[in-house]
Amino acid sequence: MNEMQFLTWVRGDGLDYAVGIFLLGVIWRLIEIYSLGRKKDISASRSVAGASGWHTIFRRSLPPEGMVKKSPVSYIGGYTFHIGLFIVVFLFAPHIMLFQSLFGLSWPALPSQFIDLAAVVTMAAMVVVLVDRINKPVKRYLSTFGDWFTWTVTFLPVLTGWMAVQHLLLPYTTMLALHILSVEILLVVLPFTKLFHAFTLFGSRWYNGTVNGHKGVAV
Amino acid sequence: MSASLEKGVRVLKEVIDAPIASYFSSCVHCGLCAEACLFYTETGDPKYTPIHKLEPMRRLYEQEYTLLGRLKKMVGLSKPVTDAELGEWQELVYNSCTLCGRCSAVCPVGNDIVYMVRKFREGMSASGNAPDGIKGAANRTITIGSPMGVKLPAVKAQMKHVEEDYGIPIPLDAEGAEYMVMLSSMEIINFPEYLGAIAKIMKQAGKTWTLCSTAFEATNAGMQIGNADLARVIVSRIVEGAEKLKVKTVISPECGHAYTALRWEGANLVGRPFTFEVKHIIEVLGEFQEQGLLKTEGFETDRLTFHDPCQLARRGGVIEPQRKLMKMVAQNFVEMPDAGYMNWCCGGGGGASAIEEGEELRLEAFKVKKSQLDAVRPDRLVTACANCRIVLEEGLEHYQMDIPVIGLTEMIAEHIPDQTKSEGA
Ligand code: SF4
Ligand code: SF4
Repeated sequence: MNEMQFLTWVRGDGLDYAVGIFLLGVIWRLIEIYSLGRKKDISASRSVAGASGWHTIFRRSLPPEGMVKKSPVSYIGGYTFHIGLFIVVFLFAPHIMLFQSLFGLSWPALPSQFIDLAAVVTMAAMVVVLVDRINKPVKRYLSTFGDWFTWTVTFLPVLTGWMAVQHLLLPYTTMLALHILSVEILLVVLPFTKLFHAFTLFGSRWYNGTVNGHKGVAV
Repeated sequence: MSASLEKGVRVLKEVIDAPIASYFSSCVHCGLCAEACLFYTETGDPKYTPIHKLEPMRRLYEQEYTLLGRLKKMVGLSKPVTDAELGEWQELVYNSCTLCGRCSAVCPVGNDIVYMVRKFREGMSASGNAPDGIKGAANRTITIGSPMGVKLPAVKAQMKHVEEDYGIPIPLDAEGAEYMVMLSSMEIINFPEYLGAIAKIMKQAGKTWTLCSTAFEATNAGMQIGNADLARVIVSRIVEGAEKLKVKTVISPECGHAYTALRWEGANLVGRPFTFEVKHIIEVLGEFQEQGLLKTEGFETDRLTFHDPCQLARRGGVIEPQRKLMKMVAQNFVEMPDAGYMNWCCGGGGGASAIEEGEELRLEAFKVKKSQLDAVRPDRLVTACANCRIVLEEGLEHYQMDIPVIGLTEMIAEHIPDQTKSEGA
């Protein structure tokens, strides 16, 4: 296979497989998790403004009081790379064109210099949280193969995308093909690793907010 | 697999529900929950990270309820949960968790970790891995009627004392009373002033109330070890007593877990909604205060602060009433850092105070309370949980801090003028 054929495969069959596995995986995992259901709480509830599942979904996006000071790297690094990922994935012109060809929807892009910067900042933040994971006793203690693996599969698409745009190391076509391949790997593993929190965090916050909201506690 | 392990695994499989599945699937191993847990912050030992306390249950969840986990189990790639492992986890699930719920308040993906610990305890208890200290307390509650072995004659003796001291009759088994007052053993033995305080307060408010001879003990060690069957037996006594006496409201004493057991878990344990309301004494006092039924005179002038019992505030939703009550009788009331919703646990909740082996760790964890207190340097510490009170006293003594601990209900009662004519009754 030469680089052109490689690119054609990752754009064609490869993408189809990856998206297929991703979608089936997401649906399967959501059913697997949420079909377990839960018992109805029959204790008398206490209702308090601001104490509900929906409130918690939003409220937990902000750090609870005093927590940033306790773990600044987690919060600042975490916000930076999550927002950075959002920007490079959804606001880069070529990506928007892809989404348009797939779903027919498009939206304004950010200038490519800005995306460049966002990619570099994202990668820097990811490296910082990785170092923090290695250095901080609690994080190191909790870390398993899955943590290093998911970090890598999240980092690679950003790195290869940025290198492709910068024409670094490898010919553009090859780098672009590698970029698409790395995204496909990310899509395939997402439903089956901790990356799935991108979906379940809404359910988790909702349950936490609802169970405690029943008691009149705004968590 | 031993029979007890098999039972434990079966119970765990039953308690794993959608929230737990969602929580395990969401955890990103950020470790922020550790920063909220006094057992980690005061020891620096990462094994006390809240989510790690659930590791055996997480693996079981993965092996039983996820496609990938089942595949791994089939080809022998997964590590099964063993007796020895659960034994090792006893320290993490009981001694070093007071069910305080701070972890659940900070997890960025929203995991309600304490919810999971509570459920995990069901499996731990079923597999015979609950600590002897709480097991003993639960068994005594079932066979004798109270965790500290207090029987009705002891209660009656105390009623008599209070009647003599205060000159107010203490009703027992009075049918149709508005309130049924529960006690905790701790109060019967260590803090008899509580009953006198109730008598004064009820008299002033002009409310009818009663104790119940078949249900005076409110604490529920069955819930603390995580044995739903025992917890149900204990709660049922109270439900039967309250229904027999046809009371409108059952008052949970100054005890955090008794409140959680009765107010939030009770109806779910017996499987039907209650025909009566359940309120913590602080909620009742708050209502009396609002309705003008609670009239005090004079003020405490020394520097006072309030320790929020976890199960009352963060886990129970009662945060403001105790502050309004404090201000009613205290001129110099100061708040500790993190007071209220995020107050730090005394270190002895969730049954932990009944675990002898856990004492050293408990005292270590108490350092957080010490630093909260050091920040405001109060003359006395007020709280609303007899268990907190004992644990606080132990901790203060250990660190040679001369700060007396008092119950809020008693403090309020001391400011009720003695000669009040009962109104309305
Ligand atoms: S705070 Fe939440 S996401 Fe982070 S390690 Fe603890 S349970 Fe997992
Ligand atoms: S409930 Fe409290 S003691 Fe238990 S793990 Fe969470 S923070 Fe620690």
